[in-house]
Amino acid sequence: MTRTLWDSSVGKKTIMAVSGLIMLLYLVVHMIGNLKIFFGSGEFNHYAHWLRTMGEPFLHYEWALWIVRVVLVAAVVLHAVSAYQLSRRDIRARPAKYVHKKPRAGYATRTMRWGGIILALFIVWHILDLTTGTVHSGGFQSGHPYQNVIDTFSTWYGNLIYIVAMLALGLHVQHGFWSAAQTLGAGRATRERVLRTIANVLALVLTVGFISVPVAVMTGVVS
Amino acid sequence: MKLTLRVWRQKNADAPGAMSTYEVDGISQDMSFLEMLDTLNEELILAGDDPVAFDHDCREGICGACSLVINGDAHGPERTTTCQLHMRSFEDGDTIDIEPWRASAFPVVKDLVVDRSAFDRIIQAGGYISAPTGTAPEAHATPVPKPDADFAFEHAECIGCGACVAACPNGSAMLFTSAKINHLNVLPQGAPERETRVLDMVGQMDSEGFGGCTLTGECATACPKGIPLPSISAMNKEWLRATRKVRR
Ligand code: SF4
Ligand code: FES
Repeated sequence: MTRTLWDSSVGKKTIMAVSGLIMLLYLVVHMIGNLKIFFGSGEFNHYAHWLRTMGEPFLHYEWALWIVRVVLVAAVVLHAVSAYQLSRRDIRARPAKYVHKKPRAGYATRTMRWGGIILALFIVWHILDLTTGTVHSGGFQSGHPYQNVIDTFSTWYGNLIYIVAMLALGLHVQHGFWSAAQTLGAGRATRERVLRTIANVLALVLTVGFISVPVAVMTGVVS
Repeated sequence: MKLTLRVWRQKNADAPGAMSTYEVDGISQDMSFLEMLDTLNEELILAGDDPVAFDHDCREGICGACSLVINGDAHGPERTTTCQLHMRSFEDGDTIDIEPWRASAFPVVKDLVVDRSAFDRIIQAGGYISAPTGTAPEAHATPVPKPDADFAFEHAECIGCGACVAACPNGSAMLFTSAKINHLNVLPQGAPERETRVLDMVGQMDSEGFGGCTLTGECATACPKGIPLPSISAMNKEWLRATRKVRR
């Protein structure tokens, strides 16, 4: 069955849909966690610390976090590899373009591939910036996420990269969630409106939620 | 009506093709698009030129033989087949671009004619039912619930024209394949091969070199028979079910 999934275009889309939904679920949790920054450094840092002690005493320190990380890395890799292979197939299936060109499909639909690449690059930067601190501006202090977040969003490029990526995320989720539902066989004429609405709401809430943090730092609401 | 046509001309599968420009005059609004092309071909033949090759058969919108991408739209601006498209959908003095279906699984044979036998092979992979032959069975022997009958009919409308593939930016045959699978899989007559049908037809579709579905919805917009986009989702559901249930 694994072979059937991986070898079929429909199966590979299923893998994309499931891995995408896993990442989407993570993003909702991540976004809600981020909003804690509005309650001050104490609460935000405490929450960040709890992420490491989560599951104790059953789990050792940071185990839960590492489990989440492993699942996410698996999801990202499966999603990206499937996307790459499916895209190659799609491009090969339609080598000749029409002479008479027409604007096609919505913006979100047309930008799935580039948007995905932007998001992949963003994830690399985001981890190097706020998890490892490798490319962090102004002295990364592990264990002080509140200060680190403010440092990042005190630079123009930090804000720019983040906001562009979150807009790309919104577009990706808008088409991605709805597509995942279709791929997993949940699409039905009578459900069309509901699925579209959930996709739009998810996209909007995630984008606004994530962008609210840099905007708050820029405007001094969080400092 | 006087029209300028820009038509894809290609001698054979291996020759390079290009758009050629022709002027046609005296076109009536009541002509079908294919009759307009017939007019052009008559003039070309009289002038000793090679007529434009294009596919057609019933000219009634039921066989699926006609094709043509007209001004970038598969089957042109109306939601119907090219043979049922009339010149009243165009204005006097228009320039009309006419191209063949474009997909690597549909290679150009000549001019506007493409080879759609990939569709036949998808059908051969499972687009049939196994039934004992002989006298027709009693019609009421196999009851079909009304919603299922409606669903089957909706999908049985597919005429296999390939407009869905032509319109899809990925050259995907998902709408066609889903129409065929949904049509048979929902009926009791199709039940014995329910799992193998969807697995084999999707497998054949993949090996013919059609692209995958990215849910752009272009296929359902182009389909002259109104096969809806959620049909693809219904096929995916059948496929996922079959991977769990199939007994080979
Ligand atoms: S699904 Fe529609 S567009 Fe595609 S082959 Fe069938 S009738 Fe033609
Ligand atoms: S010629 Fe038969 S459908 Fe157009």
